[in-house]
Amino acid sequence: MSNIAPELPPPGLEHIPEGGAVGPVQSGWRLAVREFAQNKLAVLGVAALIFFVLFCYLGPLVYHGGLTSDLTATNVPPSIGHPLGTDNQGFDVLEELMVGGRAALEIGFFSALIGMVWGAIWGAVSGLAGGLLDGFLMRIVDVLLSIPFLFVVLIVAVRYGASVLGLSIIIGIFTWQVPARLVRGEVLTLRVRDFVSAARAAGSGRLRLINRHLLPNSLGVIIVTATFSVADAILAVATLGFLGFGLQYPNFDWGDMLNNGVTYLQDGYWWQVYPVGICIIVVVMACNLLGDALRDALDVRLRRR
Amino acid sequence: MTAYLIRRAASAIVVLFGVSIFIFFMLHVIYPTPAIDVLGPHANKFSIAQWNAQHGFDDPWIVQYLHYLNQLLHGNLGYSYKLNQSVASLFQERWLRSAYLSGVTLILSVVIAIPVGIYQAIRRNTVGDAVVTTSAFVTYAMPDFFFYLIAIQVFAITIPIFSYEGPQTTSMWSIITDWRAMTLPIVCLTLLDLAGYSRYMRSAAIDTLAQDYIKAARAKGLPERLVLWRHLLRNAFLPMITLIGLSIPALLAGNLVCEAVFNFPGLGLLFYDALGTADYPILLAYTLVGAALTIAGNFVADVSLTVADPRIRLV
Repeated sequence: MSNIAPELPPPGLEHIPEGGAVGPVQSGWRLAVREFAQNKLAVLGVAALIFFVLFCYLGPLVYHGGLTSDLTATNVPPSIGHPLGTDNQGFDVLEELMVGGRAALEIGFFSALIGMVWGAIWGAVSGLAGGLLDGFLMRIVDVLLSIPFLFVVLIVAVRYGASVLGLSIIIGIFTWQVPARLVRGEVLTLRVRDFVSAARAAGSGRLRLINRHLLPNSLGVIIVTATFSVADAILAVATLGFLGFGLQYPNFDWGDMLNNGVTYLQDGYWWQVYPVGICIIVVVMACNLLGDALRDALDVRLRRR
Repeated sequence: MTAYLIRRAASAIVVLFGVSIFIFFMLHVIYPTPAIDVLGPHANKFSIAQWNAQHGFDDPWIVQYLHYLNQLLHGNLGYSYKLNQSVASLFQERWLRSAYLSGVTLILSVVIAIPVGIYQAIRRNTVGDAVVTTSAFVTYAMPDFFFYLIAIQVFAITIPIFSYEGPQTTSMWSIITDWRAMTLPIVCLTLLDLAGYSRYMRSAAIDTLAQDYIKAARAKGLPERLVLWRHLLRNAFLPMITLIGLSIPALLAGNLVCEAVFNFPGLGLLFYDALGTADYPILLAYTLVGAALTIAGNFVADVSLTVADPRIRLV
């Protein structure tokens, strides 16, 4: 089928609105961005995330505390050479924090990406198809939603070992259900709207309908869910590491650092426990703040729609 | 109502079947046969093949699934060859302790979350609200194990009031009465749950406060106490019913970490120990039980919501 782009008005017509000239039209997205920028907590969240990205990726290029086992300098308290001390292997805690943060951020990002893409497609297909297929697809979502996901992640990590890619995939597999449901809901309300009927009348196939009209309009919901699922994934990875089934050396992992530090809680080696705990809290909180703010900003956009 | 109940129950059963298929396939892929555990790590290929043939582990997967399902329906959750005990009997020894921990936590956190959320909604954007919201937000972002660690550090090591371990006895009565050992796990879990519940309660109460019937109740001169008690509480509690049903997986997962940190002899610790020994029958059976509980929780939540809120019956 030939695709005639129905969005483009004939040239020369776009400057003559029927009811006379109107002021500049604000798009919903621009409104959302403005609302977002006015939210101080949101800006704080973004700043914290940018800080951590720089800290984890540029930090190790600038700072070399030593990530080789040094058994002559174990459990050194914070000092000039080691601002956050060393752990029981003689690794520098500050550099370990930087490198360990990478794994957390990467798994959070990739699992959310997998979950959102898959969930959006699943939800859009389900909502558009309706009927039996919709019922079937949504029952699969119900099944996966009722399975406690941390348990499955732990079992898979025990059986196959933990790696950044593996954890991203397995967490992603348990992330897509919520966006799938939300996108389906959006699609159900969108598909009866005039612009979708117009696109249908113009001869858009289902794929085009999903790609060009339904998914872009559900994007807000998807982005909001994505930020929360990054937070959830980071927490899950930390829990995995803490229970002792996380990434193994030469990978570093915040949860694993805590697990090591806990052994020495009674000896008062606070630098092995609290800095890493605070890092996890700040990153997760930043994601949650971002998600809340995006949801509020999106509400403004929705009101316009 | 009856039609709704039947439809809702039917869909719960369908999902339950789906879960059993999912768990079976995980078991099938991860732990296709217990032969190695039975015959020992040095058993030769032929005796393993023979054992598999004798015990039906080389049947087509559909036959194996039907066998698995049949066993499940007869209450057989599997057999742990590492502990040489049936999974069901292992669960039976321990489930009451975990249920006690979760039950007390759930009740406490709901009972506390309601007044806290309502207080925040009424005193919205005051200092008190900000303090509660901020602390809930921080707690919400905190990995649960870190919370337990801080609690142990402060209240068991620095100021030794409570025990840094859960109770180590097996009798239910001594667990309930051992307040030194039970306080920290219960208080920590409650505070963690409270962080989520109070946020929901706050937003539900704010939504309810904006309704016209609250204005009408105030306009007709109803004392504020009665407005809150009769109109606000009853309506704002409705979303909480769903939330409680949905939070069962979180309760189970929370128990897992909490029991592992406090060495509390419940189902979570059994799961944690089974992770260490790669005892897959226990791990997957617990996952299955968790999923079944989640489905049951959602079902009960949906049904109680329709009972509590007659407006929903139309659906």
